[in-house]
Amino acid sequence: MIQIFHDINVDWLGKRKFFIGLSIALMLAGMGTALYRHKFHPHGTEAFNLGVDFKGGTVVTVRFRQAPPVDTLRSAINHAGISDAVIQPVLDKPGEFLIKVPQQGTSENVPETQTGVDAARAKVRQALSTFGSEAQASSSLTEDPNAAYKIEGTDAVSAVASSQLRTKAIAVTIAALIGMLIFIAFRFEWTYGAAAVIAVFHTVLVTLGLFSMFQIEINLTVIAALLTLVGFDVNDSIVIFDRIRENRKLHRRMSLYDVTNLSINQTLSRTVITSGLVFLSVVALVLLGGETLRPFSLALLMGILFGTYDTIAVAGPIMVWWERKLEAANRLPAVTARESGFQSKSVAGSNKGVGKPSRAV
Amino acid sequence: MKKRNLLQRSIVSGIVTIVSLYIVMGPHGRRPHGHDFTWSGIKANLAQNIHLGLDLKGGSHLVMRVKVEEYLKRLAEDSATAAQNAAKDAGFEIKEAHAETTGGNYRVVLTPADPAKAKDIEAAVEKKVDLGSNAGWSFSQSGANLVWTLTGSAQRTLADSATEQALKIIDSRINSIGVAEPTLQRHGGSSSYEILLQMPGIQDPEHVKQMLGNPSRLELVHVVSPPSPSSAQTYATKEEAVASLNSGGNIPANRRVLPYTERAELKTDQNNANAPKPTKWVVVELPAIIDGSELRNANAVQSAGGGSDDFQIQFSLKKNGADKFGAWTGANINEYMGVVLNDEVKSIAFIKSQIYDSGEITGRFSKQSADDLVLTLRSGALPAGIQYQEERTVGPSLGADSIRSGVRASLLGLALVVVFMLLYYRGSGINAVVALLLNMILMIAGLMLFNATLTLPGIAGIILTIGMAVDSNVLIFERIREELRSGKTVPSAVEQGFGHAFVTIIDTHVTTIVSSLFLYVFGAGTPVRGFAVTLVLGLLINLFSAVYVSRTIFIWLLTRKGRRAESLSI
Repeated sequence: MIQIFHDINVDWLGKRKFFIGLSIALMLAGMGTALYRHKFHPHGTEAFNLGVDFKGGTVVTVRFRQAPPVDTLRSAINHAGISDAVIQPVLDKPGEFLIKVPQQGTSENVPETQTGVDAARAKVRQALSTFGSEAQASSSLTEDPNAAYKIEGTDAVSAVASSQLRTKAIAVTIAALIGMLIFIAFRFEWTYGAAAVIAVFHTVLVTLGLFSMFQIEINLTVIAALLTLVGFDVNDSIVIFDRIRENRKLHRRMSLYDVTNLSINQTLSRTVITSGLVFLSVVALVLLGGETLRPFSLALLMGILFGTYDTIAVAGPIMVWWERKLEAANRLPAVTARESGFQSKSVAGSNKGVGKPSRAV
Repeated sequence: MKKRNLLQRSIVSGIVTIVSLYIVMGPHGRRPHGHDFTWSGIKANLAQNIHLGLDLKGGSHLVMRVKVEEYLKRLAEDSATAAQNAAKDAGFEIKEAHAETTGGNYRVVLTPADPAKAKDIEAAVEKKVDLGSNAGWSFSQSGANLVWTLTGSAQRTLADSATEQALKIIDSRINSIGVAEPTLQRHGGSSSYEILLQMPGIQDPEHVKQMLGNPSRLELVHVVSPPSPSSAQTYATKEEAVASLNSGGNIPANRRVLPYTERAELKTDQNNANAPKPTKWVVVELPAIIDGSELRNANAVQSAGGGSDDFQIQFSLKKNGADKFGAWTGANINEYMGVVLNDEVKSIAFIKSQIYDSGEITGRFSKQSADDLVLTLRSGALPAGIQYQEERTVGPSLGADSIRSGVRASLLGLALVVVFMLLYYRGSGINAVVALLLNMILMIAGLMLFNATLTLPGIAGIILTIGMAVDSNVLIFERIREELRSGKTVPSAVEQGFGHAFVTIIDTHVTTIVSSLFLYVFGAGTPVRGFAVTLVLGLLINLFSAVYVSRTIFIWLLTRKGRRAESLSI
C-alpha cells in the first residue's frame, strides 16, 4: 500500500504564530498593492484590472485572415474616433485579437444612440472595414473567401449594468459565506463556523491581492472561480472539524489544542491527496483551457493552494483560540489556567496516542 | 452483509445507470430505432439532448431596461391635461396646469382661479380622471395649488406593469420576426425593470434591436389650423410655432408642438420626389383623438403612383376606436387631422367626410421600414422606450473553441485523477473510477432531464463536483485504511470507514448545497445561477454514486470473498 503520510505527529497549532503572521503578510501585500495602484496608478493601472462585466465598455473579438500589425490596427481604430482602446492579441489563436474599448462618452449632449452599449462596436467595425470586407453573419471566415475579417464576438456592458453586476458579485460572495456560516454554526459551534468563514475570507482576499499584483483581469468567470474555491475551502475545514468533533468524544480528557492537532494529522493525507488531485486538474485547465478561461483557471489555481494552507494554518488556530476564550469566560480563572493546553507545548508532545487513536469506544 | 441487501442495491444501481445512459444517449420524444445504436446515432442524439448556453453555442444576449421614468412622466403629463379639461368641463376656471417630474417625484399641479373651490375641483377632477387615492395618487393643497403626488409604491407598481407590458409587446415582435427559440424574461430584481432576451444563432442583433427599440406610438391628432380650403398651418421653426400659441413662450398643457417632414404630394414633382423636404413644425391638440391601442390591423402597401420604394401603411381600428374616430371626424369636417408616429407628424390631411375605421400613414417609407413598422404597430406601442444595458454576441466558432478547450482540459484532468486513484488505491481505485464516471453520466442525464442549459459557469460547477466526488472517495478510502491500521477486520473496516466518512460527506455536501441555494437566490440574472444549479445537482448525485454505488461494489467484493475476506486491495 502506497502511503503519503501515516503516523505523523506535527504540532500544527504550535506554529500558529508563523502561519498567522504569513497570512497577514500575504493579505497586507495584496491589499497594499491594490491600495498603491488605486492611489498612484503606476503605468496607468487601477487597483484591480476589471473586465467589461464590472467596469462597463465593449470588447470586440475579431479574427483576421491576414493578421495586421498591432500598430496598424491601433491607428485604424484611432482614426475611427476611439483613442483609448486596448488591443490584445490572443496568444493561442493566431490572427485573433481582443479590442477593448472603455465606456464611451456619457455626456448629455451626445445623442443616445451614440452612448448606447453598441456605439463602440459600430466604430470598431468602421475601423476594421479599412482592412477589407467582413464575412457574412452566417458564414465563417473559411467559408467566405473574399472576407478579410470576422467579428467573432462582442461583450458590451453599460455603466449602469456593470455597477449592478459589481454589487451583485459582492452580494453573492457574501451570501455564500453567510449561508455556510449559518449551516456550520447549526451543525457544530458557531465558533467553528466563524473560523471556517474567516479562513475562506482570507483566501478570497489573498487571491484578489494576487490578481491586483499581477493585474489579471477580473470578470464574471473569476467570481464563479472564487465561489468554487470558497466551496473547496470550507469543505476542507469541515473535514477537519468533523474529525475534531468525533475525537472529542473519543478522547474526553484530551485538550482541544491536542484534539485539533490530532485531527489535522489524521486527515492530512486526505487533505493532501484531494487538494493535490484538484490542483492537477486545475493545472490542466490553465494549460489547455484557452484564453477565455485563463482568469478563471488562474483564480482556481491560487485559491486551491491557499485554501488548503488556510484550513490548517488559519481555521484551526482561530477556532481553538476562540473556544478557549469562551471557556475562559465561562469558568473560574484558576480552572482556566490548569486546563489551558494552548500555552504548553509539552502537552502536545507527550501525547503518544496522536496519529493512532485508541478505539476504546 | 445480507445477500438480499446486496441484490436490492445492485438492482437500484443498475436501473439508475441504465436509465441515465438512455437519457444521455438515447433519442428523446420518439421510439428508438436501429440507427440509435450506432456510433453516429449516439453522437447525434447526444448533441440533440444537451442544451448549450449562448456562450457555448453562439448567439446574442441582450439586456434592456424599460425607461419607466419616461412612462411615469407621460402619465403625469397626460393626467395634468386631463385634469385641466375635467375641471373646465365642470365649470371651474383653471389658470394653469402642469406636471412636475423631477427628482423621482411625479406630481400633477393645478392652479385654479379661485382657490376657495379647491375641494369641489378635486372632487370634479377625481370623478373623471384616475387621480384618486386608489390609483396611487395622494392629494394635497399647497398655497393656491392643487397637487396630486404619485406615491412611491404606486410608482413601483406602475413601473412594474409597464415592464410586463413591454415584455409582452417585445414577445409578440420577436415572434413576428421569426427568431428561433428565443428566451425572453424579466431580468434582475423586481424593481430593476429589465428584460433579458437571448437569441441563439443570431450573431448580429442590429435589425432585431431596431425593431424592438421602435416605440411605435401611433396617435391621430387634431392639427391646430384654419380649416380647409386654406392649407394646413405649419411653421418654419419650432420657435415660430410656440409663438403662435400666445402663451409667453410656454406650451399650454393641452397643446403640443411636433416636427413634420412633409411628403412630396404632387405626382408631377418627380424630380424632387426623393429629396427630403425641410422639417416644418405644427401645433396639435392634446389629448389625441385616438391612439395606437385602438388599432386592429395594419398593412404595408405600395403608394398609388409612387415609386418602387414608396410605401404607405393602411390601418384599421377596433370597434371602440372606430366609434370615437367616427364621432370626431363627423363633427370636424374640413378640419385638419395629423397622423403622429413616435412624436413626429407623418402626414396631415383634412377631413373630407366622416371616417369610421380606417386610415393611412403616408411618409415615403421604404419596403423594409414599412414592413418593420407594420409589425411593430400590430404588436402595439411600447409603454416607454428601451435602453440596452448589456449586449453580448458569441460567434459559433468562438463557442466551439470554448467547448473544445474546456473538454480537452477536463479530460486531461480526469485522466490524471484516474491514473492516480488506480496507482494509489489499486483495486479500490477501480471502485472510485466507476463512481466518478457514473457521477458524470448521471450529472449529464440530470441536466438533460431538467432541460438545463450548460454554460461556462456551469462547467465550473461540474469541475467543483468532480473535485467533491474525488474527495468523497478519498475520505472513505483513507478512513478504511485507518480502520484497517487500527486492527479491524476487513468487513468491519469497510463498514466503519463508510459510516464515519458518511457523516463528513453529508456535512461537506450540505454546506455547499446551502451556500449554492444562497447563490441561486442572490445570483438572479447573473451566470452564477448556472453554477449553482449544476453544483447542487452534482452533489446530490454524488451522494448516490460515491456512497451508495461505491458501497454496493465493496459489499459485492466482500460477499464474493466470503469468510476469507482478510485482505482488501486499498
